[in-house]
Amino acid sequence: MSTQVSGVVANLPQTPAPSATERLRQLMRSVGMLPVLILLCIGFGTLADGFFSLQNASIVAQQASINVVLAAGMTFVILTGGIDLSVGSILAAAAVVTMLASNIPGAGMLGVAAGLLAGLACGLVNGGLIAFVRLPPFIVTLGALTAMRGVARLLGDDKTIFNPDLPFAFIGNGAVLGVPWLVIIAAAVVLLSWFILRRTVLGVQIYSVGGNPEAARLSGIKVWKVLLFVYAMSGLLSGLGAVMTSARLFAANGLQLGQSYELDAIAAVILGGTSFVGGVGSIVGTLIGALIIAVLSNGLVLLGVSDIWQYIVKGLVIIGAVALDRYRQSGART
Amino acid sequence: MSNDACPILEMRHISKTFPGVKALKDVQLSIRAGEIHSLMGENGAGKSTLMKILSGAYVPDAGAEIRVDGKAVTIEGPLSAKALGIAVIYQELSLCPNLSVAENIYLGRELRRHGLVDRKAMQAACAGILRRLGASFGPATEVASLSIAERQLVEIARALHAEARILVMDEPTTPLSSRETDRLFALIRQLRTDGLAIIYISHRMSEIYDLSDRVSVLRDGTYVGTLERAALSAESLVQMMVGRDLSGFYTKEHATYDPGRVVLAARHIGDGKRVRDCSFDVHAGEVLGIAGLVGAGRTELARMVFGADPRSSGEIHIDGVPVDVRTPLDAIRAGLVYLTEDRKAQGLFLDMSVRDNINVCACSLDAHPGGLLDRARGKARAAAAIASLGIRVGDGRRNVGALSGGNQQKVLLSRLLEIKPRVLILDEPTRGVDIGAKSEIYRIINALAQSGVAIVVISSELPEIVGTADRVLVMREGELVAELGGHSGEPIEQATIIEYATGARQTLLAAA
Repeated sequence: MSTQVSGVVANLPQTPAPSATERLRQLMRSVGMLPVLILLCIGFGTLADGFFSLQNASIVAQQASINVVLAAGMTFVILTGGIDLSVGSILAAAAVVTMLASNIPGAGMLGVAAGLLAGLACGLVNGGLIAFVRLPPFIVTLGALTAMRGVARLLGDDKTIFNPDLPFAFIGNGAVLGVPWLVIIAAAVVLLSWFILRRTVLGVQIYSVGGNPEAARLSGIKVWKVLLFVYAMSGLLSGLGAVMTSARLFAANGLQLGQSYELDAIAAVILGGTSFVGGVGSIVGTLIGALIIAVLSNGLVLLGVSDIWQYIVKGLVIIGAVALDRYRQSGART
Repeated sequence: MSNDACPILEMRHISKTFPGVKALKDVQLSIRAGEIHSLMGENGAGKSTLMKILSGAYVPDAGAEIRVDGKAVTIEGPLSAKALGIAVIYQELSLCPNLSVAENIYLGRELRRHGLVDRKAMQAACAGILRRLGASFGPATEVASLSIAERQLVEIARALHAEARILVMDEPTTPLSSRETDRLFALIRQLRTDGLAIIYISHRMSEIYDLSDRVSVLRDGTYVGTLERAALSAESLVQMMVGRDLSGFYTKEHATYDPGRVVLAARHIGDGKRVRDCSFDVHAGEVLGIAGLVGAGRTELARMVFGADPRSSGEIHIDGVPVDVRTPLDAIRAGLVYLTEDRKAQGLFLDMSVRDNINVCACSLDAHPGGLLDRARGKARAAAAIASLGIRVGDGRRNVGALSGGNQQKVLLSRLLEIKPRVLILDEPTRGVDIGAKSEIYRIINALAQSGVAIVVISSELPEIVGTADRVLVMREGELVAELGGHSGEPIEQATIIEYATGARQTLLAAA
């Protein structure tokens, strides 16, 4: 192309490269909520004994790991301007499937694949309804939130399913060189998500569909493919979360497991600076958001705050942090 | 007018500094009551900033002097501008579509009776104003059911109701058809007779001629001068705006097209409603203009050819081969691309970088196996496009939303060019683009035609059609009604196009 019209427009004044303040602003925008996370750590570190210990760091990371995995899937979905309210229920159903399959004599490892596949299938159904039937994501996944909870109870006969000899118990309880498997899996999911979003054509298309669906369509992007992918991904990662949870608990209960997990996942994504209307955000932000939630829970427990107050403080911190972020960005725009 | 001595509005020594940018430098503007005063300047010249200071949206730097009726005033915010009788009608209308006309006019100042909204009294008061404006709808009408032209009337009614004496109109005709524009102009002239001062902002030279009593020109944030009506000429205005001679504004140097090589052949395209049985050819190296009134179906036709909207009939051949175009992707794969008329709503990803915006189509073509981005190539491609089309952005990683209209248009254009199209359909390629960028876009079109691309230009600006096209098709009420230039024997002239477009002259094209 450049050969076709080169030299058509010559000697143009170029706007100067971004100034130092502009760069600082960009940096601020990309680190997002990191300062809040650091401040929380410093605060709890000074107030609570034992917060800054290797053991506690490992606990926080393990607590965060399942939410990180769910929130990674949620990041894909919210980047397209959608929402997935069903991740908690899918997790419960997939966990029951995992445990049922793990009880098959001699083929217990099948549980892992069964859980992943169950999650993926649910995600594909969600995505299909949204991409092809063109139902609003909120409605579809709200329906799935309720229906999949019922399915989870149905599959397990409304009982808790145990397997004390889980062949993949190491996922929930083991460690490699002191790093828990849960944390390794979460880190791998974050890395993979980052890679998809930043290094593949699909990533560009996900941002495009969220930023301007009509422009995406006119640019020849298969919008249905992108939507199907993000909901399938969210379902698959819910299935992975299910495997992680059941491996940790040696059990799954369709009624209780994963209750309100979707809210923590959404909170992590929003705390991470991803725009609710789509097109803007990053997986690193989501990671930071999920860590803020985990640090907050952990710190409040160490301080001996009752769980009633933990709810109230967590809610206020989420609202306050996002308000702070909005304020900071509106200051930067003028 | 009698009050020459004392202008209704006088702005002097207006400067405005944003972090890193001096948007206005010691600008002045003097407006008389009962005049239509046009404000011209390229995008980024400072018109909007000046008007935002007038409407109270921005506070000017120290040293600014604003006088209304000779009295020094400070405009601290939108409310104090309103109190001074200043009203601004922005391009994006600010009405609540779910409310009635009367409710919109009274928004924020609802009449009350016993603490409840008194709709009857509001509607009665509005009816008078609407009649004065010649509106064909009543005060109880829901705004959502009104056309854009009618919504403008509501905005004007709201300004009159607030007793505005200085009315600023920012490119009000962009979304209007020419009939609606005529009606709006009649109204503006009537408001002038009523003694209002009207500040009129537009890029369209013909409108400036039509309306203005005086024209003030801004360039790069400075005041260049004011011309009286008698001294108005296109050359002088363009010269003032760009500060350079723009002779050869339109570029049409590509060799006459090769009539033997049809690249795009569209046959019997239609949906039975907005577009009916349209057939046309575009040759290699040719610029085909499609003219017509707004609403004639030009955009609809283009979108059907591109696969963006469904059609009920029609075939598309590219290089003589039939192509089944049902989605934009089908068209793009066949080498047919379409530049939308609404770049913000349907073209750009405003929150994404210039680089990603340029690469979004082409990146899938040169991706590594597995859909991995070739980032080095993307970066190089964006840099080459930025340089060759003259996109003014220091760093390709900046968001496209921050660029001016002309630069945004070039970003969108380069996205399409990067997939090396055979056929390029450009829908209003210079809408909302300043004069400098306009002439650059014309040169790009010329260079593309020279390189053998088949180009279709859809435009509502007749000088643009006449200035760029080798051959012109005129569309009216969903049908192609005339062919000018080429082998038709009829010369391409603005008057002829208007006659066909309005139906003043009728010769239905023989079906191709």
